[in-house]
Amino acid sequence: MIDIVIDITLLAFLAITSVAIVRMTNLFAIVMLFGIFSLLSAGLFVVMDAPDVAFTEAAVGAGISTVLMLATLALVKKPREPFYNEAPHAHRAWLSLVVVAVTGAALVYGTWDIPRFGDPDAPAQTHVARYYIENALPETGVPNIVTAVLASYRGFDTLGEVAVIFTAAVAVLLLIGGRRSKPAVEKKDKREQDEA
Amino acid sequence: MMDFIIGHYNYWIVIVLMMVGLYTVISRGNLIKKIIGLNIFQVSVFFLYISLGTVEGGAAPIIAEGVKVYSNPLPHVLILTAIVVGVATTALALALVVRIKESYSTIEEDEIHNLDHSL
Repeated sequence: MIDIVIDITLLAFLAITSVAIVRMTNLFAIVMLFGIFSLLSAGLFVVMDAPDVAFTEAAVGAGISTVLMLATLALVKKPREPFYNEAPHAHRAWLSLVVVAVTGAALVYGTWDIPRFGDPDAPAQTHVARYYIENALPETGVPNIVTAVLASYRGFDTLGEVAVIFTAAVAVLLLIGGRRSKPAVEKKDKREQDEA
Repeated sequence: MMDFIIGHYNYWIVIVLMMVGLYTVISRGNLIKKIIGLNIFQVSVFFLYISLGTVEGGAAPIIAEGVKVYSNPLPHVLILTAIVVGVATTALALALVVRIKESYSTIEEDEIHNLDHSL
């Protein structure tokens, strides 16, 4: 019972935070709220028995993402203005509301066939998951099953993940690394080339 | 009926969060806010997966003496990878925003459309 209460409270906080993010225009406040959103979601992951995911979300989602967004904000902010305020948007709100409502209704309709939350007889729980729970410790000697799967059974997947992060790092460096040191004339030439 | 609601409210609130993220992406013109909307959407997909792996009365999937029921560890593995890859894509998107700011000196979608006639 207490689990359900904590679950509902955290989900309500998450919903309130996300709506506040949509309604605010001060980007600094929005980025801070997004950090809170990530931290709350880390709490929810702990309630749903996923401490490894919670650690990662708290460190990477609430930590690194927020720092990256703040750094970007500092780079794109107009000089001599303390905050970056979002410009009023010209889109029609009702059209996106309709799209979102229809998509949401379709997804809720899809939950009719999902087994009840926490059902031990759900198909997800009765197939391969049992194998890993029973054999991870004897086969790999690692008591944490998530670590055993991540580093041992699916070690090559993790290697691929590292390749993805490396690619992203290279792309970020290519996009913004050392650009600001170039003289303005060269940059103008480059833009003319792009246009041609 | 009550059982059905108790068993599914988790998914419904996750879908609400997902739609709030999608709405932010569609309706807001500021590029940083779009990226934050995309991140909200992404985190709700993580909730969906972790919810599917939860088992009633189960413990975290770390083998311990006297624990009989464990939650499903496989969604956790998937989402761990997804979180890290998600941050990599966020970093890439933010770098693109910085470049757009350098080229157009604005990060509002409408102003970029007005400046660039090829769009």
